Amino acid sequence: MSKEATSAVLTQIDEFLEGCRHGELLIQRCETCGRAQFYPRTYCGGCHGRSLRWEAASGAGTVYSFTVVRRAPSAAFADRVPYVLAIVELAEGPRLMSTVVDIDPGEVEIGMPVTLGFEGRGGDAPLPVFRREGAA
Amino acid sequence: MTLQRAASITGIAETKVGKVPELTGTELYADATVRAVADAGIALEDVDGLISGNARFESYLYHADMLAEYLNIHPAHALNVTTGGSTTGQMLGHAAMLVATGQCRNVVVVMADKLATGVDRSAVVESMATIGHPQFESPYGPMIPALYALFAQRYQWQYDIDPAHIAEVAVVDRYHASLGDAAQYREPLTVDDVLSSRVIADPIHLLECSPVSDAGAAIVVSAPDVEGPHRPVHLLGYGEARSFEHVSAAPVMHETVAGTSARIALEMAGVTLDDIDVAMIYDAFAFIMCMQLEDIGFCEKGAGGEFVAAGNTRLGGSLPTNTHGGVLSHSHAGRPSSLFLITEAVQQLRGTCGARQVDGAELALVHTEGGIIASHCTAILGAA
Repeated sequence: MSKEATSAVLTQIDEFLEGCRHGELLIQRCETCGRAQFYPRTYCGGCHGRSLRWEAASGAGTVYSFTVVRRAPSAAFADRVPYVLAIVELAEGPRLMSTVVDIDPGEVEIGMPVTLGFEGRGGDAPLPVFRREGAA
Repeated sequence: MTLQRAASITGIAETKVGKVPELTGTELYADATVRAVADAGIALEDVDGLISGNARFESYLYHADMLAEYLNIHPAHALNVTTGGSTTGQMLGHAAMLVATGQCRNVVVVMADKLATGVDRSAVVESMATIGHPQFESPYGPMIPALYALFAQRYQWQYDIDPAHIAEVAVVDRYHASLGDAAQYREPLTVDDVLSSRVIADPIHLLECSPVSDAGAAIVVSAPDVEGPHRPVHLLGYGEARSFEHVSAAPVMHETVAGTSARIALEMAGVTLDDIDVAMIYDAFAFIMCMQLEDIGFCEKGAGGEFVAAGNTRLGGSLPTNTHGGVLSHSHAGRPSSLFLITEAVQQLRGTCGARQVDGAELALVHTEGGIIASHCTAILGAA
């Protein structure tokens, strides 16, 4: 992507990834209406205001849904199957796609409390992953 | 202005489906277009609108313009559309709008693809992994069946759905497929066959996923005064609704906005769900049949599985559904699949379905979905 195509969205990705490097999952909080959102945008999805500030998520969440991928979608994931693909609902409200690690996939359940961690996934920064609450 | 009776479907054509190594994607588009136009009893020169979209692995910058050039026709209007599974459902609506406004008299809607013989299996599998937000979803290894599975898992948990009821969707589709000779898969299936097939992404089994096919189809959407050789099929109602793009942004995962698009279409048509004689509902995965039956309103929320298991969607039941075998058994070449829901509905209303015919069918509801059950499109079709 050319330099010219670097937009506010990409700028927000940079800040998000910087947060990941520091062990923080940055969500956005609207200073006008108080709504929390993820993934980052330049507008609040509730009031469409532009006064958004970063907030480090507490790291607590629950499994909203999950599946176990048993066939690698590409060579890059061949070593990981079977793996958990999850939608995690953060304590603050927003949901994100992630995975649950250090657990037998058969033990993952909808509603299971999880806590945030970070793991390298081949990109510029480690990315959010989750573990069962109470796990090391 | 309303779309009620603003247009009718005067011609249809379906290519052979399954494995069609002898034709390229473009040749399937051309074949379907030429035969649909002949079926409508018009000449290719009478086509003044053409709506198509790219085959996944045979793409052009401006597909409809390419196809017009290939056939050496010069429709004033050409449009390239792609909205995933609901693509041709939405193409029908837009074709009707072109006709309703007087811009066109005969619009061809055509879609084809060759996911079986046009490309390596591994390329098809990899293309299913390109769905997903590149920064916030792709790093976790999503692919289409797994993204659908996220909905299935939440839905089945929410309503304590019996997996055997979901499996029944595939059984009924396969039974319907066995009544004709066009579907790719026609060997009867049992619930046991389905539930003992390999798990692709929990809770979805292999036989609850659609096949990989070559297929193409086309319809001609004409002004109401265009008289073709067949019993006219009128567009009576049309509605759309959508709610997200990326799965992680879905507001809920146990239901869809199918009810919204259906309500708009039914109201426009001035009919109720009880008036529907035959339903065609996009079912690339078995569980979404149950979910959409509920969301459209044919049964209570959470009761879709029971509705199917009780035989309601089987030929002879209260709401024969997907009499061509559904996306699960008829074919799945990606975007063309929704068009086969339309061509089958037209054949039902013309009375030409043979052993699959719903006696006296006069009103059909055709519902398609695109993305990961994110965008929805409902059409009500009626015989004269």
